[in-house]
Amino acid sequence: MSIPWAAAKPTVSRRSLAPDVETVDVQPVNKPDQRALYEKRRKIHPRRVQGTFRRLKWAAMSAMLAIYYLSPWIRWDRGPSAPDQAILVDLGAPRFYFFFIEIWPQEIYYVTGLLIIAALALFLATSLLGRVWCGYACPQTVWTDLFVAVERFIEGDRAARIRLDRAKWSPAKIGKRVLKHTVWLVIGACTGGAWVFYFVDAPTLAAQLVTFEAPMAAYGFIAILTGTTYLLGGLAREQVCTFMCPWPRIQAAMFDEDTLLVGYREYRGEPRGAYRKGESWENRGSCIDCNMCVVVCPMGIDIRDGLQLECISCALCIDACNTVMDRIEQPRGLIGYDTVAGIRRKSEHEPVRRPRIFRARTVIYTALIALVGGIMLTVLLSRSPLGVNILRDRNPLFVKLSDGSIRNGYTVKILNKHHEQRVFDLRLSGLKAATISIIGLADTHLTVGPDRLRSFRVYVKAPRAALTGVSTPIRFDVIDRMDGRMVSHDSTARGPVK
Amino acid sequence: MASQPEIDDFSGVETVGHEWDGIKELNNPLPRWWVWVWVASILWAIGYWIAMPAWPLIDGYTKGVLGYSQRATVARQIDEAQGAKSALVAKIHKASLADIRKDPQLLEFALAGGRSAFAVNCSQCHGSGAAGSRGYPNLNDDDWLWGGKIADIFATVRAGIRSGHEDARDSAMPAFLRDEILTKAQIADVADYTLSLSGKSEKAIKKGAAIFAENCAACHRKDGTGNREFGAPNLADGIWLYGSDRASIIDTISNSRRGVMPAWGNRLDDATLKLLAVYVHSLGGGEADR
Repeated sequence: MSIPWAAAKPTVSRRSLAPDVETVDVQPVNKPDQRALYEKRRKIHPRRVQGTFRRLKWAAMSAMLAIYYLSPWIRWDRGPSAPDQAILVDLGAPRFYFFFIEIWPQEIYYVTGLLIIAALALFLATSLLGRVWCGYACPQTVWTDLFVAVERFIEGDRAARIRLDRAKWSPAKIGKRVLKHTVWLVIGACTGGAWVFYFVDAPTLAAQLVTFEAPMAAYGFIAILTGTTYLLGGLAREQVCTFMCPWPRIQAAMFDEDTLLVGYREYRGEPRGAYRKGESWENRGSCIDCNMCVVVCPMGIDIRDGLQLECISCALCIDACNTVMDRIEQPRGLIGYDTVAGIRRKSEHEPVRRPRIFRARTVIYTALIALVGGIMLTVLLSRSPLGVNILRDRNPLFVKLSDGSIRNGYTVKILNKHHEQRVFDLRLSGLKAATISIIGLADTHLTVGPDRLRSFRVYVKAPRAALTGVSTPIRFDVIDRMDGRMVSHDSTARGPVK
Repeated sequence: MASQPEIDDFSGVETVGHEWDGIKELNNPLPRWWVWVWVASILWAIGYWIAMPAWPLIDGYTKGVLGYSQRATVARQIDEAQGAKSALVAKIHKASLADIRKDPQLLEFALAGGRSAFAVNCSQCHGSGAAGSRGYPNLNDDDWLWGGKIADIFATVRAGIRSGHEDARDSAMPAFLRDEILTKAQIADVADYTLSLSGKSEKAIKKGAAIFAENCAACHRKDGTGNREFGAPNLADGIWLYGSDRASIIDTISNSRRGVMPAWGNRLDDATLKLLAVYVHSLGGGEADR
């Protein structure tokens, strides 16, 4: 089963060739038809690359990291009775705050809606731009990229890292390795540290953390997330995308011939072969087989083998190839973003046309996003700051009083989502000559504190004649005395069989 | 069994050497991680035997060096729970019944504590919803034999009814037939009269009235509205502890009832009695102190 791998004993030969173009004698680590299923992982040493997409990826990475690390520190004034952190999952209260939105636990469906929109947006982006999420925005990509950058800074570029891997242990090697893993762990700790800030007031917790006064749970979660970040970003890397993540297996369902993918323009590149300066470009392709696209690939594939599950569309091979093309004075874009249809048309010399953006799938995804977004917006805008729930006593069902009248008991729960105390009126309709009494209150004015749920014991007493049977429908109205908002709640009054 | 390990031609893997109908089993080694997990669990088990209670012995069991015991854990957790509420319980001990009802924190604690104390001690007779049943009063309504103010309820719970406690609520209605005070006919007449007090019967009013005035009015008052001094029920209202049909009333008059409630002061501490009184008073029939 075992196949001798060039990558296992990498040699940097300079068969070269064109000026300034280094050719690396290497096989991709993840060449599909040669990879044994039960094989030990072979380490990938992605080489440094410069270019448009690398710059774009640096920018995307900075933006993503900034959003992650800084979001908990954004303040948002909600008055004295609520926390002033813009994004806060307060599990103790429990409330979820997101800028102007405040969600109570029973409104968790907003989060469901958000997740549905996020999933649909991912589908839409994938059908239009391929794996743009994987290549630029996925936390796995972002942190792996950061960890690789650290590794490169400490241990040097690809060739130096391979040499270091093969070198015997020495103080220099130990020093570099310790430094690298320490920096990785520090990044992991910062990541875990930022995570807990989403759940507790960030400045308070930060002060507690450094003075070792924070709750154990905070340290525990930081430790767990430090571990996972270190493990997934530093050690597992491409293994997560290739073997753990379900998304690469699903995403092909969103691809079609108009989806933008990173692709090798075979019609231009083939037949490939080494190139010496001054040779003619007649009867051969532009690919000089320098393998630059292979050595920069963080997933260890050869993009020239076509569309592969491992490819996260990070586009670094485009940058690598363009650099080479510039040096051998060939037009750029031997590897580039293109659609399956586009590459086919060009190879068959058909007229090139722009990828179709409005296709059945993109239209359907967009419509679904609009639909779910619309529903959520409607629900959010019509969200009542007053919630009423009335539970009728079931034991006893009703109480017969000494004068023959019938008393029913209710638990009235009023949920005041305002950030100020409100007073509510409780009114009853549907029962003649009924009187309301509330345990602990002299009148029917129910006071509920800011952002609170309060329950009241309410007794309704009515003459037996007022009850129309075993069960008489009644209605409670809860009216906010400040703004007149009213919430009605239907219930019943029970009585004996006539 | 071959002395030389046999190698399967197709897979190149050693076989176990057995053959069943031409089928041979390959002797693939267990995955190494699996073996290590297995070894680790054996080591863990040995450590566990040493550390924790494990082996049964004839007169007990091995205790383990960590001294773990589920009984001790439960005892500690109960102590912790007691400790956690000890401050509130101490306040309840000191506070008067009126103070408890005025302090929202104490009231909340008393209602919750009273509910659970009621479920444990009282619900067997009065029902989990305190609705009672025949012979056991409904505590939700506004009809009280011995008084519905919170202090009355506390006293009743503490000393019980005909419980033998020195402060017990005590009274004894004669068994008019058994004790040969009245004849069957007289009892039937007075039962009809009693029913008329709450508008249930128009018979024998005159005959019964005289018997009632002579035998019953001393405790139940002339108009039958009862007297809480003696726990004499109100006969003119809509609530009947032992049934409002004629036969039940005749039975009551003939044989008396004399229901009993234990003196909970003998079994529960003062704080729990207060919780119970506050809880029962809150059920809807509690009367205001005047």
